[in-house]
Amino acid sequence: MWSWVGHRVTGVVIFFFLLVHVLDTALVRVDPGAYDAVISAYKNPLMAIGEFGLVAAIMFHAFNGLRLILVDFLKQGPKIQRQLFWTVMVVWVVAVVGFGARHLTLAFTGGGH
Amino acid sequence: MTAQIDAPRAKRIDPKYNRARKSRNNFEMMAWLFMRLSGVVLVVLIFGHLISNLLVGQGVHAIDFGFVAGKWASPLWQIWDLAMLWLAMLHGTNGVRTIINDYAEKDRTRFWLKTVLYVVAAFTVLLGTMVIFTFDPCISETVAKSVAQCGAGA
Repeated sequence: MWSWVGHRVTGVVIFFFLLVHVLDTALVRVDPGAYDAVISAYKNPLMAIGEFGLVAAIMFHAFNGLRLILVDFLKQGPKIQRQLFWTVMVVWVVAVVGFGARHLTLAFTGGGH
Repeated sequence: MTAQIDAPRAKRIDPKYNRARKSRNNFEMMAWLFMRLSGVVLVVLIFGHLISNLLVGQGVHAIDFGFVAGKWASPLWQIWDLAMLWLAMLHGTNGVRTIINDYAEKDRTRFWLKTVLYVVAAFTVLLGTMVIFTFDPCISETVAKSVAQCGAGA
């Protein structure tokens, strides 16, 4: 049940970010300076924490989504759904820690800027 | 973790108010299948997007107009981003449609929420598509000075 709640919540969060992300990227069609100014907001350490949360949400939705597909299409799927869930959690934690280490280091050290 | 969240629409709606009519097509089944197929493709597209934009080189610090111009100089990334835009928007719109159907119980509320959703989604997909197809790297002076396509060195 909680993975289902998590899937819905992360899905909605990702969808709203996607709308904003298409709008900010659309600035490349309007004015290079305006695009660079908006993108520089994404490079601020506070935003980096938000990006970390967003990528954690994306990764949960991705791995749990793949689990749903296995549960739906594998003959043994429903029987092993609990093991699959814990596999998802382990892979998710590893991926999130890996991404966080890289992204937050870049954000807080200024990445050469 | 003792809290229990009932499945949406479970028990609370008297069967005589069940809004499911006999469907004449298999739209919901196709939508269900689309979520799974697009989901697998999106995992590849979005992970590739995150790796190339946030993990390699200077990560997020490398992103600016020139970075986008460099990526979209390649048809691979144009197609990648176009596919990602369409699949992610359709996948997300269908997901939110499901959530609206589950939680908005009044017919009028459901109708208006979904109308807003479809208008916003159509606008976003068309805007993004237009941006990818009509992108012009030469509007940036820095890019224009260094790219032959913009007449640099001519």
